[in-house]
Amino acid sequence: METKRLTCINCPLGCALTVEMEEGNILYIKGNSCKRGAVYAQKEVTNPVRTVTTTVAVKDGALPVVSVKTREPIPKEKIFDCIQELKRVRPAAPIHIGDVILADAAGTGVDVVATKQVLAP
Amino acid sequence: MKNYDIVIIGGGPAGLAAAISARESKIESILILERDRELGGILNQCIHNGFGLHTFQEELTGPEYADRFICQVEEKNIAYKLNTIVLDITSEKVITAMNREEGLFQTQAKAVILAMGCRERPRGALNIPGYRPAGIYSAGTAQRLVNMEGCLPGREVVILGSGDIGLIMARRLTLEGAKVQAVAELMPYSGGLKRNIVQCLNDYDIPLKLSHTVIDIQGKKRVEGVTLAAVDAQGKPIPGTEEHYACDTLLLSVGLIPENELSRGMGVELNSVTSGPKVDESLETSLEGVFACGNVLHVHDLVDFVSAESAAAGRNAAAYVKGELPGRASVKKLFLRHGEGVRYTVPETICPERMDEELTVRFRVSRVYQSCYISAYFDHERIRHKKRQIMAPGEMEDIKLTKEELLKYPDRKQITIMIEEG
Ligand SMILES: Cc1cc2nc3c(=O)[nH]c(=O)nc-3n(C[C@H](O)[C@H](O)[C@H](O)COP(=O)(O)OP(=O)(O)OC[C@H]3O[C@@H](n4cnc5c(N)ncnc54)[C@H](O)[C@@H]3O)c2cc1C
Ligand code: SF4
Repeated sequence: METKRLTCINCPLGCALTVEMEEGNILYIKGNSCKRGAVYAQKEVTNPVRTVTTTVAVKDGALPVVSVKTREPIPKEKIFDCIQELKRVRPAAPIHIGDVILADAAGTGVDVVATKQVLAP
Repeated sequence: MKNYDIVIIGGGPAGLAAAISARESKIESILILERDRELGGILNQCIHNGFGLHTFQEELTGPEYADRFICQVEEKNIAYKLNTIVLDITSEKVITAMNREEGLFQTQAKAVILAMGCRERPRGALNIPGYRPAGIYSAGTAQRLVNMEGCLPGREVVILGSGDIGLIMARRLTLEGAKVQAVAELMPYSGGLKRNIVQCLNDYDIPLKLSHTVIDIQGKKRVEGVTLAAVDAQGKPIPGTEEHYACDTLLLSVGLIPENELSRGMGVELNSVTSGPKVDESLETSLEGVFACGNVLHVHDLVDFVSAESAAAGRNAAAYVKGELPGRASVKKLFLRHGEGVRYTVPETICPERMDEELTVRFRVSRVYQSCYISAYFDHERIRHKKRQIMAPGEMEDIKLTKEELLKYPDRKQITIMIEEG
């Protein structure tokens, strides 16, 4: 048996959740004051995902960096791989919101896109 | 001297939304003055997502949210000047500003909308003894450096203050390759959202040290380390609990305050709780024809509410310019009182004859309340009783009042908003 402790993030109550797991299966969830907490706990212990936001250096732009995000949330354990891959790209201005900066980030199938316009100087 | 119908001070989300709604209310002559190099305000440095869920039903990053409004300002051909700082406004609405191209110049406005946002509390307010070596930044300054200039302020970091900016910067610096050793918080709880504690600290195993503060900073030229200690219920450090952290950077995330030097200078009355102007139902300040909205009025946590509030300010300023807003002296005024559990309300007074069919009153509660009611009393009569599962000081609350009900009893004088137990 394995016990995981989480904080529900869906409202300011922030219930402390306890999830008992066995071989990847959830035995029970405790500590949630409402249904949303159980749904959250289930997702967090089976497939936690996050939207990654960061910046990327721009070549020949009016601004030194462009802000970017993963178009969809990606698995939590891929965050640093995604960041590493982004360190190797250097897009050139002009860049528009929604332009793909890195396709298929860290093998997740999710693209990283620009969230800001950066024009040439 | 150039004349405009409406001059808006500040081109952040508040100023942009106010400009757009003033134009939609058929005002042609509008000017936005912004001291930064681009429109969008603080949103340009908030590259994380979590903006616009209420307005657009999707989670945008700060720059994307700003862009939706900037595009409308461009489409509507609303005039703006960048790199232009407003230095002074007189009570007659003469605005003195400065930029490189024009030097010092003046403009006359019929109506002014204050939308200067807020700034971080200065670090001098912090009571830490010793030298002031390089490597101490406010969290917002560090955010701007990393997200807009592409510079990393340091490699080994301690953060004091666990408000949302501090939490978001802990994650941001970690992703950029710095080691965030700890976030210390003087209070026994964090002022930040649970979501940020989980996704910015827990995800990266960054310890949150509640009831802790910085008692010493080492280093003369550059920060070399800091000492944290636990504090007792009075906030005094407890001897024997000192812990040393070797680091080159200390971030201070100690809260925001509305930026009201200009408002004060022109003689606008301020509220001592919010540090923002006192306003009525039209978001008009104590000076006729001067309106305020966004973080300069009261610090908001959700930009969606800033946009909604500012659109109202723009509409009302337009009505004022067109002579459609009845003068305050000629109509009846009701006072809004903040009762048990309510720290302040915006607005503070209501002239029912001047209000829209429905008015949103925004406020903050003074502590965490569970299973309680937000109640509104019109003199002795309870006219609202809204159940809330959970309310916290960090999240702005609101209640809506209608013109019809406030006009119904001409003899009544006062509305009280309070929290009542279940
Ligand atoms: C770090 C941080 C994180 C946030 N995270 C979120 C979030 O996740 N979700 C969310 O919904 N909201 C969030 N918010 C809140 C939201 O972004 C703000 O409430 C909103 O940006 C306030 O808008 P504003 O226009 O009032 O102020 P600002 O954005 O500060 O704009 C004010 C503008 O006025 C200009 N100005 C000031 N003085 C002068 C002068 N004298 N002359 C000319 N121009 C002047 C400034 O340069 C600035 O551009 C966050 C805020 C901060 C600070
Ligand atoms: S479990 Fe329900 S009540 Fe508890 S924090 Fe989550 S959403 Fe809020």
